[in-house]
Amino acid sequence: MPDSAGSSQLPARVAAQSKDRSREPPALCASGLVVEVEGQRLLDRVDLTLRSGATTIIMGPNGAGKSLLLRVLHGLIQPTAGTVHWRTAGDGRPQRQAMVFQKPVLLRRSVAANIDFVLGLHGNRNRARRQVLLQTVGLADRAQQPARLLSGGEQQRLALARALAMEPSVLFLDEPTASLDPASVLWIEDIVRSTRGRGTTMLFVTHDVGQARRLGDEVVFLHRGQVCEQTPSADFFAAPTSSEARRFLAGLIVL
Amino acid sequence: MHDLDAALGLALTLVVTADADLLEIVGLSMTVSMTALALSCAIAMPFGALLGTCRFPGRGAVVVALNAMMGLPPVVVGLLVYLLLSNAGPLGFLHLLYTPGAMIIAQTVLITPIVAALTRQAIEDLHTEYAEQFRSLAVPGHVAIAALLWDGRWSLLTVALAGFGRAISEVGAVIIVGGNINHLTRVMTTAIALETSKGDLAMALALGLVLMTLALVVNALVFAVRHQTERHAHA
Repeated sequence: MPDSAGSSQLPARVAAQSKDRSREPPALCASGLVVEVEGQRLLDRVDLTLRSGATTIIMGPNGAGKSLLLRVLHGLIQPTAGTVHWRTAGDGRPQRQAMVFQKPVLLRRSVAANIDFVLGLHGNRNRARRQVLLQTVGLADRAQQPARLLSGGEQQRLALARALAMEPSVLFLDEPTASLDPASVLWIEDIVRSTRGRGTTMLFVTHDVGQARRLGDEVVFLHRGQVCEQTPSADFFAAPTSSEARRFLAGLIVL
Repeated sequence: MHDLDAALGLALTLVVTADADLLEIVGLSMTVSMTALALSCAIAMPFGALLGTCRFPGRGAVVVALNAMMGLPPVVVGLLVYLLLSNAGPLGFLHLLYTPGAMIIAQTVLITPIVAALTRQAIEDLHTEYAEQFRSLAVPGHVAIAALLWDGRWSLLTVALAGFGRAISEVGAVIIVGGNINHLTRVMTTAIALETSKGDLAMALALGLVLMTLALVVNALVFAVRHQTERHAHA
């Protein structure tokens, strides 16, 4: 189980990582992103550059456009204006992406078949690989159970295993631990942390300040569809530069 | 009333003693309707799934037309298939009129819109739930449709049952293209119609009993399978 002793070592590791990767081209350059629906601006001129291998936390009040930004960056929603440019893989093809949704959508099949479906998409249906993935999320002994009968936390872990089966270079997580019990949250944070250790670029939407502190390299704060600030994690929680983020954090602490 | 009692007694005797004529008629009914069901499922389920997942101009009109065709009157279908298969018709060279083959074609035409329309509804509901996840996983179209059909298999079982119920119980289409020829194209519904008009109520009643029992058994089977799997896999 991850604990505070583990997280206290994080900044050193992050610093070492950022030094290694500082010369690499950014994983993502998005500029001037606008999404308008029926005259309402849901995303307003968002510019975003993400470092390869970093975990970026996206925070902001409800309706700020966090999930929408994730979907636009993932390519699920076409922006009204602006460009999203992801770094290509070594062979010039787009890097693989995967997304874990707030509410997992599992196939009406067994736990194993849910993983096999994704592995099959890439033509490497492989029992051993499936077992490794299920072990990673602690579901190896549930392989033959119907996925839809798992508990909420187990379903989300399976959704995470399925995303990892894609072997993504970029992983989107849209409030994956909202409404989960603390044990499930820690499970998922553990997996996310080891995924970051493998150099996967991650975008993580969360409302949980503690979680953001534990997992994030940097924080992007959204308010009314605009990026108020993009700050390294340590600085953000010590002294956010935007007044919106200051009010947001103060509000949460009062709560 | 006495007539009815006697007929009912005779009918039960026919069923219990497994009367050869009765068995032949029931067997042909089942063969024709099951074949028609298999054919229409093979055509209508992929088509329904495609219609349930694709967006194109004029889709609404296709859906409305398909739903309207669920109510096709069997006699009209019989007449159209008769015109197609008659010696002067475009498919006359097949010499299928007044054979079980013609009856299979007629019933297939009759129930394909039903199976397609109900499949469209079932798959569209499932697609709404899966669409974003599938797009995120970059699932190719044909894989997505196969996955939706497989994951919707228990709903589709009910859809197939609706098609089978329509096929096995209709009389208008098979009597026109089959002709109710003894030992060749006589099925339960056409036999009931004939025997009733001849006054042989026992045979008609016996066939009616078998038809209703069959409907009951098939429904019970599907219910049991669904119940079992819902507990274990569907949730």
